[in-house]
Amino acid sequence: MSARVYECLKYIGEKIIENREYLTNLDREIGDADHGVNMARGYTAVIEKADTDNPDIGGILKKAGMTLLSTVGGASGPLYGTAYMEAAKVLAGKESITEEDFGKALESAIAGIQKRGKSVKGEKTMLDALIPAFDAYTQRIAEGGGLTDGLECACKAAEEGVEYTKTIAATKGRASYLGERSIGHQDPGATSAMITLKAIRDFIKG
Amino acid sequence: MKKLINQEDKIVDEMLDGMVRAYPQFIRRVEGFDVIVRAGGSKGKVALVTGGGSGHEPAHGGYVGKGMLDGAVAGAVFTSPTPDQVYEAIKEADGGRGVLLIIKNYTGDVMNFEMAADMARDDGIEVEQVITADDVAVENSTWTIGRRGIAGTIFVHKIAGACAEAGRDLAEVKRVAGKVIENTRSMGMALDACTLPALGKPSFELAGDEVEIGIGIHGEPGVCREKITPVNAIVDKLLGKILAEGIYNSGDEVAVLVNGMGATPLMELFVANRHLNEALDSKRIKVYRTMVGNYMTSLDMAGFSITLLKLDEELKTYLDAPCSTPALVQA
Repeated sequence: MSARVYECLKYIGEKIIENREYLTNLDREIGDADHGVNMARGYTAVIEKADTDNPDIGGILKKAGMTLLSTVGGASGPLYGTAYMEAAKVLAGKESITEEDFGKALESAIAGIQKRGKSVKGEKTMLDALIPAFDAYTQRIAEGGGLTDGLECACKAAEEGVEYTKTIAATKGRASYLGERSIGHQDPGATSAMITLKAIRDFIKG
Repeated sequence: MKKLINQEDKIVDEMLDGMVRAYPQFIRRVEGFDVIVRAGGSKGKVALVTGGGSGHEPAHGGYVGKGMLDGAVAGAVFTSPTPDQVYEAIKEADGGRGVLLIIKNYTGDVMNFEMAADMARDDGIEVEQVITADDVAVENSTWTIGRRGIAGTIFVHKIAGACAEAGRDLAEVKRVAGKVIENTRSMGMALDACTLPALGKPSFELAGDEVEIGIGIHGEPGVCREKITPVNAIVDKLLGKILAEGIYNSGDEVAVLVNGMGATPLMELFVANRHLNEALDSKRIKVYRTMVGNYMTSLDMAGFSITLLKLDEELKTYLDAPCSTPALVQA
């Protein structure tokens, strides 16, 4: 199972790297045109430096978080780095993941992002994809759905969240300098968060 | 895109090496890190550490040396450096009397520097921080992340640097840095955007007769776009926004920085400075010192910013104090 987690990280990385130009172009509209470049650099390092033999899923994710923290830079580095490290705390010592574990890990990752970024939903950030995704996931699991069902719902909610970022002005991050001028543009951070969730879904579906 | 580069992902590394080779009398590089420190170390004094994305040269490594900074961390182009790099700079610069971090107010910079400060405090190093936020283009509000730190940060490097060089303690250096921040305001504009090496195209598009007012220093678009006018009118507009802050009044003495964004001929900066001085004269604001040049750039952006710093006797003394760094030498 832990080998699968590494494969999944690698798959997320490949999707982020595929979307390097796309994410950078979104950032060019309302930020400083580096989101895709920075995330791609980070995931390239995650793939290179991963602890592939570690049976502990928490350990693998902690390593991934520390690697992102030391290679991405900007605001995304600390935010995604913190997200993985907080998820790692929940999954420490585990060699397999249940749908309940995944929900707790996602919840913990989101809490970490909120604390580090001093941000809430509705500020045109990655949280606008992640929080609805978590809510949709939790609801589906409570209704008796499995990991794949939950992730389907999470991805759909994340997509809607990304669309929602087009309708609001940024109050956090570099896009906030544009104020009302940021309305109409899609948030790059919410987009990379959605790509991450979709990669996890697609990897698990096989 | 035409640039004098080899490999896009080697730019920062090769730039730092080239910089250290140009100024070995002032600076050295911490091996294995994108960190510049003083060639002779900083023993026995409070250390000033700053940093940010690359692309703002000579900021910030260019201000490392006697009378100014002790350490500077270079991130990727326009990207805040990572906590491990900042942590290394703090450890390397620390001369035993504590470290003051000078952070420009950007979400990423603040997060990365604060994480590094926590790591250094765990090692027993005393770390304090100040955050510069001089750009009046951005409205200040409790609902946003606040104003950006731009060229006015150079005055913090100079004055807090002189204070630390005079042997003052960490609390005192922090107080003086804070006083500079309170009294500094800037605003900039662009004639043309810059081209990020990794992107290969301009960070925003302007028509041939358009300018962008209120730009930052990372190629991010500004607060409004308008038709170009003669430079005097542009100076009036930028200065008007700065004076509307209400901190520079008749009878005050100020230091002035006319900062080029990287691709602006000095000729044009001097033309701008001429009118800036006239305009301040007419308001009976006395110009104590003027700096004109490329102090904090934005790659190859064409444009400039204006910064005012209100002075008192204490700040004047530190502003006049000698310094020897790659980008600023003062006898």
